[in-house]
Amino acid sequence: MQLEFKVMGGDFANAGYASSEIKKVLKQINIDPKIIKKVVVALYEAEVNICAHAYAGKVSVEITPEKISVEVSDKGPGIPDIELAMQEGFSTASPAVREMGFGAGMGLPNIKKNTDFLDIQSTVGKGTTLKFINYLT
Amino acid sequence: MDFLSKKLYIFVSILGNCFRTDHMTHKEISKLLNGRIIIGEGSESTNYQYAFASDLMSDVLTVDSENLILITGLANLQAVRTAEMSDISCIIIVRGKKASEEMIQLAAESKITLIECNYTMFRTCGLLYQAGIKPLY
Ligand SMILES: Nc1ncnc2c1ncn2[C@@H]1O[C@H](COP(=O)(O)OP(=O)(O)O)[C@@H](O)[C@H]1O
Ligand SMILES: [Mg+2]
Repeated sequence: MQLEFKVMGGDFANAGYASSEIKKVLKQINIDPKIIKKVVVALYEAEVNICAHAYAGKVSVEITPEKISVEVSDKGPGIPDIELAMQEGFSTASPAVREMGFGAGMGLPNIKKNTDFLDIQSTVGKGTTLKFINYLT
Repeated sequence: MDFLSKKLYIFVSILGNCFRTDHMTHKEISKLLNGRIIIGEGSESTNYQYAFASDLMSDVLTVDSENLILITGLANLQAVRTAEMSDISCIIIVRGKKASEEMIQLAAESKITLIECNYTMFRTCGLLYQAGIKPLY
């Protein structure tokens, strides 16, 4: 099964929409609630990152009997130093993002923690692509 | 302490413990906090045992527990989205902040109870702790 959603940068009211829809689908097909939570928490932080740091993006999720694979890609400024961005507490978020309850530099580390595999590719001035996998078995 | 006052002390302690429980319903919580249940009729039977207080949603997204109450001063859609992703079914909004229409609607869709309360976060936590609600760590 393949699902796709668009995510707009700066659109905080809709941040989490894709995660919410995907959560409904995963529940419907009886995925283990513990795994659902991991996937949607990781996806939600990734969606918030598009809103907070990029201009526009898209989410695609592929579900097979073995795994849930998620790809979150955006057009945006990109991440100059991924290793630094992965450090807990590192953040370039604006005060507006902090007011939303995010921007403490915990998003990427928490995505890592909740997934079995994480790959981040980024080109400065172009955009960022996150791929992550949660295994079902 | 003489014999009689010792007896009285033990009696009062036992009586005090009778008012401590290890779980509370959202109605009991609201009453204790002099709060208002904005939405949540229908979840009468849920017993809450644990609470977590934060205005930082990234923090909330790192915790893992069932029957958890979220205590927050962040009255925006992200608080409800965060609860949805984290399987948290009760949010107490402190410091007299009001839940917006969008928050109420999203909470209804996700079967999340919203309680408004005029107390500070500290007072809210203190009262719930005193009543027997436990911290996560
Ligand atoms: N999609 C993205 N586009 C550009 N920069 C990003 C993106 N995601 C993360 N970053 C950078 O990595 C930093 C750390 O991200 P994260 O751990 O989610 O923390 P936060 O979003 O709270 O700042 C961000 O502050 C930002 O500089
Ligand atoms: Mg982030």
